[in-house]
Amino acid sequence: MTELLQIEQLTHVYSPGTPFEKMAVDHVDLTVRSGEFIGLIGHTGSGKSTFIQHLNGLLKPTEGRVLIHGEDIHQSKEMTRAARFAVGLVFQYPEYQLFEETVYKDVSFGPKNMGLDKDEIDRRVRESCRIVGLDDGILKKSPFELSGGQKRRVALAGVFAMEPEVMVLDEPMAGLDPAGCADVFSYINAYHEKHGTTILFVTHSMEYAAQMARRIVVMDHGKILMDGTPREVFARAEELIAAGLDVPQITRVFLRLKAAGIDIDPAVYTVEQAAAALRALKEGVRPC
Amino acid sequence: MLKDITLGQYYPGTSPVHRMDPRTKLLSLILYIVTIFVVKGAIPYAVCVLAVMAAVWVSTIPAKMVLKSLKPIVIIVIFTGILNMLYTPGREIFRVWILKITAEGVTTALTMALRIVLLVSSTALLTYTTSPMALTDALESLLSPLKKIKLPVHEFAMMMSIALRFIPTLIEETDKIMSAQKARGADFETGSILNRAKALVPVLVPLFVSAFRRAEELATAMECRLYHGGEGRTRLHSLTYTRLDLIAGIIVAAVCGGAIALSIVL
Ligand SMILES: Nc1ncnc2c1ncn2[C@@H]1O[C@H](COP(=O)(O)OP(=O)(O)OP(=O)(O)O)[C@@H](O)[C@H]1O
Ligand SMILES: [Mg+2]
Repeated sequence: MTELLQIEQLTHVYSPGTPFEKMAVDHVDLTVRSGEFIGLIGHTGSGKSTFIQHLNGLLKPTEGRVLIHGEDIHQSKEMTRAARFAVGLVFQYPEYQLFEETVYKDVSFGPKNMGLDKDEIDRRVRESCRIVGLDDGILKKSPFELSGGQKRRVALAGVFAMEPEVMVLDEPMAGLDPAGCADVFSYINAYHEKHGTTILFVTHSMEYAAQMARRIVVMDHGKILMDGTPREVFARAEELIAAGLDVPQITRVFLRLKAAGIDIDPAVYTVEQAAAALRALKEGVRPC
Repeated sequence: MLKDITLGQYYPGTSPVHRMDPRTKLLSLILYIVTIFVVKGAIPYAVCVLAVMAAVWVSTIPAKMVLKSLKPIVIIVIFTGILNMLYTPGREIFRVWILKITAEGVTTALTMALRIVLLVSSTALLTYTTSPMALTDALESLLSPLKKIKLPVHEFAMMMSIALRFIPTLIEETDKIMSAQKARGADFETGSILNRAKALVPVLVPLFVSAFRRAEELATAMECRLYHGGEGRTRLHSLTYTRLDLIAGIIVAAVCGGAIALSIVL
């Protein structure tokens, strides 16, 4: 794995020099390596959205730098534009950005801006629509006649089609029902498997972070509070709860078991791990 | 970036000027504007200048803020001044090349510039000390006699308050959509004017869609709460005149009347 993104001392202050001054991101350092699958969690207002908008140069840091492959994305206009395409950003509620007459045209907006030729655009549009489960019949429809869940998929396909090196998603599952969430989750996973794309997604939900990510970064008040594997992060479940964050329900069950005096490691975060841990406990206890 | 546009530059405070009824402020402003356009002569204008300075002082609004409101009109003031100076016929005081400068020209130029400055700074004082909502209420209340001749005064006021309420929301929305389209490689900054206008389509379409959606939602929500227009509707903040308004009204009337009287006498 090579270093893809380096974020050094990134700081962002909104409305500096006014009574409304607000430091949303506070001297954050982070390194993202190629092929990683990272979950970024933090409670409301912790600066997640502000942070990720720096990764493709939409926001300019008040202080600090963002490097892609070792080059500062603000060193030149060309570099900033290149960063736009290298880092695909999916905003929260991306369905509100759809505007074209047909789904096909909307998905091809990004690739077209990249200056690709027609055949390549066509290939990418069809492929990314297939990944998000939109069949060819829908491509000719207007995005405005689709259901909310379908619109979300069109919007995702629009960024998938740009085939960025890093895909950054801001709460991709917000406002969907459980089935819709599971679908979006599987599309992101499928895309990751297929292209080996680095993924960084923002979420409120510890359950999704635990299930999807191989690395979890926790933000709190504009700073990085924790950074590690889900196991390492959930081993500090008490701290997470103190920071006002939720931990997966199963982790909470194990914390209670431990509090009740049962000798058990509470750093579990999926039902499968929990089942295995309980089985081991049962078998370990029986011989006595 | 779009957020930096300040609309309704309300500067909260508790000074007497803030506490006055918005109707009194609006009427006072109208009277004052009439005054600065009818008076003549140095002394009446000095009274007008002092009056607005006193009002700013009472309002506790930093003088810097009022000066800031004058910044956008500097060019207009200079332009009007120069034109008036050059094109007013009269007694010549000196001549630069073919440009003839007259005494009357200098007086007119100064008067015009002063009028614009006073007009803008007094209006700014009103908008600094009165929230846009209070202003709308005041307008509705002052125009309510027109309901007799079947003018939909309440409806206009309601439209105005809703528009004011949604301007920041729409600005925020525009910002968000622009960012999202930039993330997909849209380019709003380079290219010919035609290309730049075209680049706005991906912003305007979603913006209209969302504005219509919001309008529909708001209409439904208002209907669900049995909104049925202004007839028989009571207000949470009803406007009432107090002693403060009486005193302020008398002072404003005295100052304006005095200035007009002085310009007739002198
Ligand atoms: N455009 C802006 N102008 C001023 N302040 C802002 C702006 N955007 C965000 N903020 C402030 O910066 C802080 C961080 O906001 P941000 O949107 O990054 O949080 P977040 O972690 O994404 O929250 P959420 O989970 O609710 O989306 C908040 O306190 C917010 O009020
Ligand atoms: Mg956010």
